[in-house]
Amino acid sequence: MRANAPLKRPRRDNGGPDGQLAIDLPGALPDRFADWFASRGWRPHPHQLALLDAASRGKTTLLIAPTGGGKTLAGFLPSLVEIAEGGARGLHTLYISPLKALAVDVHRNLQMPIEEMGLPVTADTRTGDTSQHRRKRQRETPPNILLTTPESLTLLLSYADAPRMFRNLRCVVLDEVHALAGNKRGDQLALCLTRLQALAPECRRVGLSATVAWPDALCRWVAPDAKADSVHLIEGGGAVDSEVRMLVTREKMPWSGHMAVHALPEVYDEIRKAGTTLVFVNTRAQAEIVFQELWRVNDDNLPIALHHGSLAREQRQKVEGAMAEGSLRAVVATSSLDLGIDWAAIDLVVQVGAPKGVSRLIQRIGRAGHRLDTPSRAVLVPANRFEVLECRAAMDAIREETLDGEPPQPGGLDVLAQHVMAMACSAPFHPDALYAEIIRAAPYAEITRAEFDDVVAFVDHGGYALRSYDRWRRLEALPDGTYRAASPAMARRLRMNLGTIVEANTLKVRIKRGPFLGEVEEYFALGLEIGDTFIFSGQMLRFEGIREMTVEASRAPGDAPKVPAYVGGRLPLTTHLADRVRAILARPAAWGALPDQVREWLNIQLWASSLPEPSALLVESFPRGDKHFTVAYCFEGRNAHQTLGMLLTRRMERAGLAPLGFVATDYVIAVWSLKPVSNVAELFDEDMLGDDLEAWMDESSMLKRTFRNVAVIAGLIERQYPGQQKTGRQVTFNSDLIYDTLRRHEPNHILLQATRRDAARGLTDISRLAGMLKRAKGNILHRRLDRVSPLAVPILLEIGKERVEGSAIDLMLDEAAQELIAEATTGAP
Amino acid sequence: MMPGTALPFDFNRESLMADASGALYWPDQKTLVVADLHLEKGSAYAKNGSHLPPYDSRETLRRLALAIDAYGPTRVICLGDSFHDDDAAGRLPDDDRATLQAMTAAMDWIWIAGNHDPAPPAGIDGLTTAEFRAGELIFRHEARKRSSPGEVSGHFHPKAGVNARGRRVTGRCFVADGKRLILPAFGAYTGGLDVHDPAIESLLQDKYTVLICGRARVHRIPREVVRRREAAEETREPRLI
Repeated sequence: MRANAPLKRPRRDNGGPDGQLAIDLPGALPDRFADWFASRGWRPHPHQLALLDAASRGKTTLLIAPTGGGKTLAGFLPSLVEIAEGGARGLHTLYISPLKALAVDVHRNLQMPIEEMGLPVTADTRTGDTSQHRRKRQRETPPNILLTTPESLTLLLSYADAPRMFRNLRCVVLDEVHALAGNKRGDQLALCLTRLQALAPECRRVGLSATVAWPDALCRWVAPDAKADSVHLIEGGGAVDSEVRMLVTREKMPWSGHMAVHALPEVYDEIRKAGTTLVFVNTRAQAEIVFQELWRVNDDNLPIALHHGSLAREQRQKVEGAMAEGSLRAVVATSSLDLGIDWAAIDLVVQVGAPKGVSRLIQRIGRAGHRLDTPSRAVLVPANRFEVLECRAAMDAIREETLDGEPPQPGGLDVLAQHVMAMACSAPFHPDALYAEIIRAAPYAEITRAEFDDVVAFVDHGGYALRSYDRWRRLEALPDGTYRAASPAMARRLRMNLGTIVEANTLKVRIKRGPFLGEVEEYFALGLEIGDTFIFSGQMLRFEGIREMTVEASRAPGDAPKVPAYVGGRLPLTTHLADRVRAILARPAAWGALPDQVREWLNIQLWASSLPEPSALLVESFPRGDKHFTVAYCFEGRNAHQTLGMLLTRRMERAGLAPLGFVATDYVIAVWSLKPVSNVAELFDEDMLGDDLEAWMDESSMLKRTFRNVAVIAGLIERQYPGQQKTGRQVTFNSDLIYDTLRRHEPNHILLQATRRDAARGLTDISRLAGMLKRAKGNILHRRLDRVSPLAVPILLEIGKERVEGSAIDLMLDEAAQELIAEATTGAP
Repeated sequence: MMPGTALPFDFNRESLMADASGALYWPDQKTLVVADLHLEKGSAYAKNGSHLPPYDSRETLRRLALAIDAYGPTRVICLGDSFHDDDAAGRLPDDDRATLQAMTAAMDWIWIAGNHDPAPPAGIDGLTTAEFRAGELIFRHEARKRSSPGEVSGHFHPKAGVNARGRRVTGRCFVADGKRLILPAFGAYTGGLDVHDPAIESLLQDKYTVLICGRARVHRIPREVVRRREAAEETREPRLI
């Protein structure tokens, strides 16, 4: 059972507060369940019993408990009791997990109590991997308990037999709710829950969540009516006891880089000393390098494995299986192992690289020990000097028990459009009824009827002002005022394009005439020249070319690869942690807790430039290569810096400085241009928020990317599937062209509204930015340097994300020509 | 997309100008040439449920009007695939139809027949023909393997990219060797095919020149600098054709 150590590992000590509470609730557990617990030598956790109690009163419940709290069993216990004691007709309980693998794992663990107690309960999983045959059987004869994902649930609800399948539903268990609330998958799930509520009004919900900073918002999200009061909140146990330390290395702490290669011999020592170790990294590229380097020093030949989202599924499953058997000593993993799967026993968690967020770090650390009564052991391994500050700040935060994270934002209109179409595929809907239904979901509680009607119009005929596509409607209006899908073809199109995950384009990687290894992001493959080497799937590969949408490679010797730069898992630092880092920097007295080298680094910064202070904005400018850099230490968080970067480049564009790009971290924004910035005060003047913000919003490439996702989710353009690739002379369709045209001719179209909302949700933090610019007015400390400063080094390594449009494109095109002319004419007689 | 910012070049003894909008101007003959307008491409997708914004014709005609205003031609040649399909002309919204009618009535208008629009557009002025000759040039929709020098065509929607300062910059492009000139697609919804695609490259002699359309200017890029597109790039956007 996920997060329920007792099922896997008998507890030796059964006393303590858990047992006490069980005695306070006599009779809550039917005899055969009580006997089963006793036979295993366990006693129920108090929150397990509290859930049982809440369930008997039919209340929707949110259980917030740290990892290791036995949450998932708690969620199922009432259903098992109900079905076992009272029987069930058809589908009784639906379990939704954000991960397919988690649904499968939970199913396996659920079989144990069912089989051991001989309960008359049937359970099955349904995911994208479930065979056609099994799916059909599930719709005809549903199991008592069905374990599935938000996407599979949406699909089920789009069929005409949904009312029959779900009419006896009594309970929905929502696992890892914190990982769904606030994103589009969560939006979709929230909408599906409103439909389930309509089909089975008696159904109660059980939300299971890790500890979050915003329990009230999460209650609203889980609630059947978007009201926090309707939910019975149970908080199980306090924070995980943990022993967290920072790794001390023999090697010098690097100035830059994210791979922590210098520290891996010591990480290896930690692995050797521990029984089983989970080594978390932040990106897939890190995972590859760390894995490679650990094997380089693996003198004892310890079984160390690699797990990340780009690897082939079979490869990942193999690793998961070996880990479950306990035959591995360590796994190097990205966030692909953040959630879910219950490994036997993990003694140590190693976090390589900056932790990025306190809540997330606590969840990762919670993977070690994995029981409430065992302290978790964790080691933080900063990869560079800046990350030392972040690790220090995170350790302070854990000690002081402060959490971070943003509460969920309003739901996406594109997701709503998909939902409307899905509902039309299931049965005719009346707009009044559907509107009343969807506003019961917290993400959509605030949506106006006019917005909803616009969404329906979009689904129906595009909803354009110029003319509607009346001849080719997607909905058919019936005489009673309801709408249904216009044709089976339209329903098929919806089901083919279902879901809210719009993947970055990836290419398969395979050994030439050999096995398939996994996938890389397309832009990474595009950057490879034939003969380049890179590390992937734990081996050195030589790029041989791209054939039929597949990267072909051969195994290569050597150990100096061109590092894979694919970003899988890049996460923004939370502002909470950023604030703490800023506080450490501003107080040299606090530097005592930092390693000597880092203290030295800050002292050199003090000598070479200045340190950021709370009272003034530090801006550095320096030339580097053929560009001029401007670096501002704003500490307002990545979102605010992103917006600032776009506004600054816009303003520089106008001033003729030919900005080429910018990069933002949580601490710093760096802009580079062909010409140097002279008047920094003018550049950072607060009026930019009024002047430039709207104009920027409409033009940025970020908005085009956002539009592409919105257009796919909303159903304007279809997803692309492997095997459908363009061949020969066919011409690609470019969503940027649609965006530009729509923006010029109907700037308020619902899809553009949806795009702007999403962009605001992801990228702008205007009030923070406004406050910062106001404080900076007259308070800018501008240091002109002749080279990069110590503190600016890390950000220069982040370069390469946001594209700059405008005159720089023309400048670059000119230069490319001139470079070659220069090359061709140099040395000519 | 500002016309008037053209790059002059010589082709088969004629002096031509490549405009950043993707149009070609031939001053000696007061002739403006555009390729692959694909009018009503948006509505062509609507019947399959992709309700693309119905503004592509309006946008394409707006850009064409800007080019006409900038150069003041007496003759316009559309190099085929001017209409996305057989009944595209019939689907033109009334306003757009009036705009197009006014343009075609005001000057000599040549519709070269394309594979998407082999027949003359119903009820719209202009001469429909498979080929058109003037001066040293011959205009047709699709380049021929064996053609006499001076062939000007469209059809392939060429685009090209260069890597500069570690970034890739791409744009629609004109591509020319000594014998033939291929124009970029002009339509608002028309994507592009990389010049290195065998479909295009196999037509060209080894030495060819690429003129990439930037935002406001056209850039002459020697072929060696044009970064080869890997097959992958074609998948960047969801495909509709």
